[in-house]
Amino acid sequence: MNETEFSLLNILIAVIGGAIRVGTPFLFVSLGECLTERSGRINLGLEGTLMMGAMTGYGASYLSGSPWLGVMAAGMTGVILGGVHALLCQQQKVNDIAVGIALMLLGTGLAFFLGKPLIQPTAAHLPALHLGSWSDSPVIQAALDINVLFVMGALLAPAMAWFFRYSRWGLYVRTVGESADAARAMGLNVNRVRMYSTMAGGFLAGVGGSFLSLYYPGGWSEGLSSGQGLMAVALVIFARWNPVYCLYASLLFGAAATLGPTLQSIGMTWGYYLFHAAPYVLTLIIMITTSSSTRLLSGMPGQLSNVK
Amino acid sequence: MTIPDKYALEALHINKRFGALIALNDVSLHLEKSTFHALLGENGAGKSTLVKCIMGYYAPDSGELMIEGKQHDISNPRHAHQLGLGMVYQHFTLIPNMTVMENLVLSRPHLPIKIDWRAERKSLQERIAQLPFQFQLDIPVSRMAAGEKQKLEITKQLLLNSKILILDEPTSVLTPVEADEVLGKLHALTQEGALSVLIITHKFREVMTFADEVTVLRKGNCVGTATVKNVDTQQLAKMMVGTEFVKKTLHRQPSLAQEARLEIHNLKVNDDTQAQAVNNLSLTVHSGEIVGIAGVSGNGQRELVEALSGQRCTSGGEIRAHKQPYQGRREDMRKSHFYCLPEEPLRNACVPAMSIAENMVFRNFDHLPFTRYRWLLDRRAMLHHARELISQYKIRTPGPHVPIATLSGGNVQRAVLARELENEVDILVVANPCFGLDFSAVAEIHDKIMQVRNRGGAVLLVSEDLDEILELSDRLMVMSGGKLVYETIPAQADLATIGRYMAGQ
Repeated sequence: MNETEFSLLNILIAVIGGAIRVGTPFLFVSLGECLTERSGRINLGLEGTLMMGAMTGYGASYLSGSPWLGVMAAGMTGVILGGVHALLCQQQKVNDIAVGIALMLLGTGLAFFLGKPLIQPTAAHLPALHLGSWSDSPVIQAALDINVLFVMGALLAPAMAWFFRYSRWGLYVRTVGESADAARAMGLNVNRVRMYSTMAGGFLAGVGGSFLSLYYPGGWSEGLSSGQGLMAVALVIFARWNPVYCLYASLLFGAAATLGPTLQSIGMTWGYYLFHAAPYVLTLIIMITTSSSTRLLSGMPGQLSNVK
Repeated sequence: MTIPDKYALEALHINKRFGALIALNDVSLHLEKSTFHALLGENGAGKSTLVKCIMGYYAPDSGELMIEGKQHDISNPRHAHQLGLGMVYQHFTLIPNMTVMENLVLSRPHLPIKIDWRAERKSLQERIAQLPFQFQLDIPVSRMAAGEKQKLEITKQLLLNSKILILDEPTSVLTPVEADEVLGKLHALTQEGALSVLIITHKFREVMTFADEVTVLRKGNCVGTATVKNVDTQQLAKMMVGTEFVKKTLHRQPSLAQEARLEIHNLKVNDDTQAQAVNNLSLTVHSGEIVGIAGVSGNGQRELVEALSGQRCTSGGEIRAHKQPYQGRREDMRKSHFYCLPEEPLRNACVPAMSIAENMVFRNFDHLPFTRYRWLLDRRAMLHHARELISQYKIRTPGPHVPIATLSGGNVQRAVLARELENEVDILVVANPCFGLDFSAVAEIHDKIMQVRNRGGAVLLVSEDLDEILELSDRLMVMSGGKLVYETIPAQADLATIGRYMAGQ
């Protein structure tokens, strides 16, 4: 009896630890997407940004020996890709969704191509905070190694919410996202605000990518991302374009993704692939339950449904 | 030489072309300080273009702008704001998903990096208390009625210390009572000397009641400026149209048989946010009569018309045409000779990128004579049919093959009307048929609608233009909050009473 209780607790802690580990890239990409979408544009290219970030982050860390330089390099790659997206989208009759899909394919393809030499070498990894040292159990210790990037992301979420509500720039981003006409009437440069938002969003997605290669799962390989960049878009909708909800939603997605491996680790072999599909199933369920043919989503930026 | 500061704003010899179109041809306008000045003209006369040149949206090709006697080149709206110019646009520039307070704070020119909402609230409350209109600061703008929004737009400009306020057709969304309130208060502000107002309008009543001076534009030319005291409506109409405009009185035949054609019982329709827009509405339209539904936009009229035209599902109640259940399907419409001219026909009744000929057979492209072997379309028959209707309805177009979106608003209206009235019409639903059309087009369309009635058709006319409803209807109803709240006949109609019901009181 005691033993099963203990293992249930173990599972719970493992799932929480896994949620944080797996959820961190979700968190960064969704915060980036949240910022971009609040400015009125959808950047579907963040999957490509994620992969490019993972590759350059790993490369920079390998070459310099500092994982933090790797994170910065990944972020800057994201800024460049975000800038390309914004630049293309502000041309006339260019659809942001089409550009996003093109950039997604370009980003992943480019990352595979340029990352070939990085498959073998080992780069310096990001450090973790060992919050599990109080326990003797190696399972708990492993589960509670929290990466510093997650802490930063978790702090960034409320900071971004504060930014939207209390800062001048946040208000400008929201204005541009809600009504480009109103923004123009105020004398705001709509394209510039969107460009900065998309670039900042790209930065965050790039950082999310560096987490993949420099912490978990770690290393560079072509199968590093399993569509986190795309699912983050669904996640932003689920989170109603609210950065704090993005944090919760990322953890929920992370938990769903970690369910399969955790159950496997305690010896449950049944339904392995089924549990692996959990995050995708969750995405579908969320999209179905939150969408309606007759109702508009609350909290959705007004310009977002404007398809050119 | 004028005294330098007699005028708040002068636009001198403004020229503006868009490609081959001359939008403004040597137009001059003088806005005297502390006056209420009306800019009158038909659609396409260049009123909006002139104002946009003043506000820095467009750069005029030539001409000068003087503010308080000093020449300025206004390069963008922000620059215009700095010079004390404020504008209230026809389309609201408020952000629906933000609160009143957020909207007002946003429009301030120098926002601090960090916004202290508590201090902003306090200073806003103090300043609004001294202005004519009052608001709750915490409700989102999307929940406000159109009239409230208009007042908020004006307040926004007043809070920016605008000395010159330009309003583009501000009363088009207001009830007559609200319009009088808003314009009256603005007029009072000009008399206090705090403000100079330039208002774009095509309503004579507003010019005659509130304006001190009026400038009339026609086809990009300035026809003249007059002091309102010295002119009458007839003279203004002549200036606006160019020729003496003789209004044909509509021929209304006394109607004979009165059978119920269109019956609506306890109809419920939801809007896009799933809120109930049409609320247990019941109504009967008989043969040979026009029933007019008046009301401020946003009170469920659009949803009602969309339900009747089959564009929107109903959530309760029943519609009957010729005593048969009617669900807005193609088949229902064909059987009951049900036709519809919705508002914004280019969006609601056309495929903009398709040709005029194709748009004109939407009702019957799958029937003879437009089909061959029941599967193929007969293009030649379609083109022939379109040419006939084009000449019959005097639609100005290079030919039946051009996309319908290239036509002007009035011509789109005529094209759709041609399609809808081509066959025998038993029931006709019309919504805002004359929105943005000039005098002669309005008269033509009114005449066509009256002809349908005189031939024994049942007509339901939904319009925001009360004058139109008073002129055409046999019976008149007021719609407010998704319900019909008042019924009368035009001969006995009292404007103040109708206005009260329109405002929902």
